[in-house]
Amino acid sequence: MINFIGNRRKAYLLSGILVIACLLSLIIFGLNLGIDFTGGTVLHMTIGEEFTTEQIQEVIAPYEELEGAAIQVVHGRDLSGEVVDEGVVIKAPYIEEDRRDQILASFMERWPSIDHADLRIESVGAVIGGELTRQAILSLVVAIIMMIGYITYRFEFKFALATITALLHNIIIVVGIFSILQMEINVPFVAAILTVFGYSVNDTIVIIDRIRENIKHKKISEYPEVVNESINQNLVRSINTSVTTLFVLTALLLGFHFFIGSLDLIVFVAALIMGVFVGTYSSIFVASPLWLNLQDLGAGRKSRTAA
Amino acid sequence: MNSPVKPGRVLVLLVLCLLVFISGYYAFQTAFDREEGIKRGLDIAGGLYVLMETVETGDRDVDEDAVERAIEIIRNRVDELGVAEPIIAAQGDDRIRIELPDLEDVEQARDIIGRTALLQFIGPDGEVIVTGANLDNARAERAPEFSPYPYVSIEFDDVGARLFAEATAEFIGQPISIVLDDEVISEPIVQNVIPDGSGTITGTFDFEEAAELALLLRSGALPVELRELESRLIGPTLGQRTEEIAVYAAGIGLGLVLLFMIIIYRVAGVIAGVALVFYMSLVLWALTYLPTTLTLPGIAGLILSIGMAVDANVIIFERIKDELRSGRTPRSAMEGGFRRAFRAILDANVTTLIVTIVLFTLADGPVRGFAVTLFIGIICSMFTAIVLTRILMRLTFRAGLIRSGAYVGVRG
Repeated sequence: MINFIGNRRKAYLLSGILVIACLLSLIIFGLNLGIDFTGGTVLHMTIGEEFTTEQIQEVIAPYEELEGAAIQVVHGRDLSGEVVDEGVVIKAPYIEEDRRDQILASFMERWPSIDHADLRIESVGAVIGGELTRQAILSLVVAIIMMIGYITYRFEFKFALATITALLHNIIIVVGIFSILQMEINVPFVAAILTVFGYSVNDTIVIIDRIRENIKHKKISEYPEVVNESINQNLVRSINTSVTTLFVLTALLLGFHFFIGSLDLIVFVAALIMGVFVGTYSSIFVASPLWLNLQDLGAGRKSRTAA
Repeated sequence: MNSPVKPGRVLVLLVLCLLVFISGYYAFQTAFDREEGIKRGLDIAGGLYVLMETVETGDRDVDEDAVERAIEIIRNRVDELGVAEPIIAAQGDDRIRIELPDLEDVEQARDIIGRTALLQFIGPDGEVIVTGANLDNARAERAPEFSPYPYVSIEFDDVGARLFAEATAEFIGQPISIVLDDEVISEPIVQNVIPDGSGTITGTFDFEEAAELALLLRSGALPVELRELESRLIGPTLGQRTEEIAVYAAGIGLGLVLLFMIIIYRVAGVIAGVALVFYMSLVLWALTYLPTTLTLPGIAGLILSIGMAVDANVIIFERIKDELRSGRTPRSAMEGGFRRAFRAILDANVTTLIVTIVLFTLADGPVRGFAVTLFIGIICSMFTAIVLTRILMRLTFRAGLIRSGAYVGVRG
């Protein structure tokens, strides 16, 4: 049996350092927000023949609004690995519809091979991005309150507190890593964070269910041993479930990376993978030990009032 | 312990598995059919998404009525173009969401949906004579012999015809400006009185532009001005390739999951595999026949629910193994394992269900898409784990195919 409870301080230290580092990065560097959050225009065109960045620059030179726009060359492949999509992604601040049409027309003129069916033009006004963030945060806060209610009803308040702490720990770390890496995030990232949220909840509740079952008829002094036993009993399940989830996610990551090359999709799956790791870690090393500490805290206060 | 294998029961089991696989096959076939299958969101299938905000103009407030009227007019315009399955709906108090899945019509559609199309005939004195509101019909006509330009013929209603007749009588020999959304498109000199309410709008347009103008005039002017908040045009090829790759990758991933489960849990792993196929077909049927749209965030919800479906089986099998290790007979271990696993699965799933309901209620757009598929996925996964896995395990046990712990991967 592995002594998780005896070594919990080490886990707390590691988690503490990670959370602080992530929070610092979030405060100092922030996140690399894409147009879904900041507003802006993205043009993704499949050119259909070889081209150079200089040629792209020539085409966009007459357009003031594209001055300083980010130009990225992307390669999409089909299933045999053949490059089928020699494309360019141009990111710029918000461009009005008329001007977008003109820019597109200029590209079409330069490269008649550009296929209409293989085009992506996304324009987001600044209002919309802010709304998305607000909505996602508001609904998560409400969801957390409801979850505290349900877990308190089915288990007890301290379990709810421990679960939610682990959950916030996971989200801060995943979002923080994206801040440290400065990878650009868009709408799919929000979906990934929600998924991490769901995965963590599921993973933690199954462990605390074990604890709930095992502490029946046990004295508080026996709790550390019982919690440690519960974690160990659940260990194989934790590992097997995360391994199977990682199979699917890794396959998706490799597929999107090699065949599509779309950064949004890669970010999306990468966040999910991080979430599985952090979620599994925190259910074992953070949530359950933390519940034990909350118990001690309560017991300590009780004994003091008694004295 | 050494009860013999019972062929009758094995047969029942095999038939059940076969049914599951047939259902899975058809669910997959139906779901991925482009026409009949799962309705794909624009981020996967391609198309045009536009979110417009209604803006107050001088004489018209933005209220529910104005938004309704604007939606109706946009729908008329889009219908006239023959765009397949358009979605035009109010969002919030003052916004209109437009989704056009068929990209072939999109470019033309994009030009006309947001146009106010307020047509005004203005006299030389600057007074408005008559507006597009008094039009009965408008038609694009081919260029006449004496001119290179096609034109639009219009017919006024009774009120319009009277106003137009009066004005043409008054301003004979003088120019009348025909103005569309503050832009003068033509300034003909009145040659003679036009009493019957018919007229023409000439300009330097080609036939397509004339047709577009006629369409705009027929469908009427928007009561309020529309401003674009968000616009996403996604080519179908890009989305199709993403979907193809995602399906292949998910298939390979799931194959590995099944292999892993069989190696770890032996006979029970095979059962988990059958259950997983059943789960997938339930989800695919649900997504095909419920009024849902699958978007990229929706796929995230699905991945999570697949994880939770596998997790439910893992929890059950681990519990059964625990019971076996504590020396119970396979049969009582199986029942005990299910009972104990049930509570954990229930609480974990219900908590996640609460999250999906909150997200569905409070958010829209991508977050909502996530909530819907996750909700469907959890319901299907709970049903599969609690009902189907159990039935299959019992049958397998009774058929004599599980005779000791070794059959579900207990070592030693």
